[in-house]
Amino acid sequence: MARNITYQQAINEALAQEMERDPTVVVMGEDVAGGMEAPGEDDAWGGVLGVTKGLYPRFPDRVLDTPISESAYIGAAAGAAASGLRPVAELMFVDFMGVCFDQIFNQAAKFRYMFGGRAVTPLVIRTMYGAGIRAASQHSQALYPLFTHIPGLKVVMPATPYDAKGLLIESIRDDDPVIFLEHKVLYGTEGDVPEEPYTIPFGEASVVREGSDVTVVALGRMVLLAEQAAAELEREGISCEVIDPRTTSPLDTETILESVEATGRLVVVDEAGPRCGMAADIAARVAQDAFGDLKAPPRMVTPPHTPVPFSPVLEDVYVPTPETIAAAVRETAGREAAAPA
Amino acid sequence: MSGRIEKLGMPKWGLSMTEGRLVEWLVDEGAEISPGDEVAEVETDKLSGGVEVAVGGVLRRRVAAVGDIVPVGGLLGVIADPDVPDADVDAFVAEFQAAFVPGADEEAGPASETVTVDAGTLHFLRQGEGEEPVVLLHGFGGDLENWMFAAPALAAERTVYALDLPGHGRSTKAVGAGDPDALASAVGQFLAAQQIERAHLVGHSLGGLVAATLALSDPARVRTLTLVASAGLGPEINREYIEGFIAAKSRRELKPVLELLFADPGQVTRRLVDDVLKYKRIDGVDEALRAIAGQVFGPEGQRVLIADRLPALDVPILAVWGAGDRIIPAAHAENLPEAADVHVLDGAGHSPHMEAAGEVNRLLERFLAGARAGA
Repeated sequence: MARNITYQQAINEALAQEMERDPTVVVMGEDVAGGMEAPGEDDAWGGVLGVTKGLYPRFPDRVLDTPISESAYIGAAAGAAASGLRPVAELMFVDFMGVCFDQIFNQAAKFRYMFGGRAVTPLVIRTMYGAGIRAASQHSQALYPLFTHIPGLKVVMPATPYDAKGLLIESIRDDDPVIFLEHKVLYGTEGDVPEEPYTIPFGEASVVREGSDVTVVALGRMVLLAEQAAAELEREGISCEVIDPRTTSPLDTETILESVEATGRLVVVDEAGPRCGMAADIAARVAQDAFGDLKAPPRMVTPPHTPVPFSPVLEDVYVPTPETIAAAVRETAGREAAAPA
Repeated sequence: MSGRIEKLGMPKWGLSMTEGRLVEWLVDEGAEISPGDEVAEVETDKLSGGVEVAVGGVLRRRVAAVGDIVPVGGLLGVIADPDVPDADVDAFVAEFQAAFVPGADEEAGPASETVTVDAGTLHFLRQGEGEEPVVLLHGFGGDLENWMFAAPALAAERTVYALDLPGHGRSTKAVGAGDPDALASAVGQFLAAQQIERAHLVGHSLGGLVAATLALSDPARVRTLTLVASAGLGPEINREYIEGFIAAKSRRELKPVLELLFADPGQVTRRLVDDVLKYKRIDGVDEALRAIAGQVFGPEGQRVLIADRLPALDVPILAVWGAGDRIIPAAHAENLPEAADVHVLDGAGHSPHMEAAGEVNRLLERFLAGARAGA
């Protein structure tokens, strides 16, 4: 049965079902069990926003609270993965990855390659990213392009509850290290999710809306904003095809290129900054491989190249909005803005 | 009767439909229409189909324009008797539009239900009220949504149950032995759980074989049997479809396979392919499909043939086939008992209940009404 549940519940359900199915799956991180002096209680925290709530009472031996030392426990998780477990480590904010880059970039991502393909590293690092909750510049970044840059890592960023569950189960069953990015503003969004476990393969984009005039590629939370923009643009007579790659590594360039071949126009919406981000990456691929199909230059909609502001007024201006996306689409399509009503 | 004003609303085809786009009006304003007529063509992101009217009268207003996107239950047009004044029709439209809240009224459609029987949890959709329940059984790899055109039409006068067979849709993925007996037994358990003593069984493809299997084992529970492009009536089957359906892992692999289901491959939308992929990616589905296919469809062709047992069955049979069926040849209809009411429809493939829905609905309606008159 499918029912309507939140993104957060979908992630929790994926973890619970995989722990149920496979005794080698362990969950570890800061406060993922109970938090200080509350291990196992029914009202235990289950992580800073409660995503792992309820797992500790069901699997007391496999939900591990760790010290506040990301470098230590991400390293431990990489080692556990190399030696037979399937750890799911929760790293509270993606911004904290800086202290454990060596464990991720030089160790986990390289084991398979350095050991001649004879080592597997079934590690999942779940982490929160993104602006929008007034959490300031050290807790709001969208750092997925950093991980996408590293061969050996798979990078997953679901936009919907359905994708969150299926992609997390796929991540846990995958034999390579996966960075699983959860947008904090999406936790409360709802959608139809089957009760049973299911998977979604990596590298398969979701065409969330079909259209004929402009291809809009959007990632993570930006998918929802792009859909809002597309609905408004439809009323103005501009038909958008909205594509959510769902994983940035591997990236489903085929679906993007096929769409651009049909529309001749591309807008990429990325919550990461404009330099060396996914928008630049995707726009470059399209410019190289579908240049002959393009009727207009590809456009990128991204935040400016600045830290995420703490000021609510500035943070709202910083993040792309349906309006800025719609404006970019109109410009690409060679249309004037709609006259104010 | 006179003075009647009826709304022609956007239908709800399947559980997920929330709105539809009016593609074409098939009837002019002022035209007389009868129940069952198709008056407009509507498309969703998943499929397109004809809007049938449940009541007769005159199409007095075409409210929606071609290209309009109208929410389920929203106003497409107005049907009224000829003597209703224009002012009343206009007032009806104004009143409806002022009060209509998309998704809020009962036309948002029935919610599906589940029931747990020995075979596991079964998912079904119940529509309509009336004596003589009808039970709809989809084919291999299908689900209850395949009946989205038939179920609402039949439900005008009956209680219609569309069921997800074990291994399919949102029902249990446990299929037991996976043979027609196991599936028919699950359907029998469903009938018992719903306290349905006798039902009209309508089955498509594998579902036809399951319906016939149940009828042969327990004829007292089956009022009539309708077989749509049914399995079990001859050895030939397109193995490419069965094997391709099981093996397909991506949109690109699955789309050409699903196109075999229809005479017009344009029926296979991206949304349809995505929905089938979502189903195939649920844990247990691959095993279920392989188990069923292993029992029913061997490398040599269909393994379970029941045509020679049907003449002894004292249950009226309707058979409908698409002349362009690329999965199971329409010639298998010739293996049915002489008394069977057989129709082969031009322009339809293996899924006439979707591709030629209006025609299939009319045949079903006439057959079921005739069975009642003859009973």
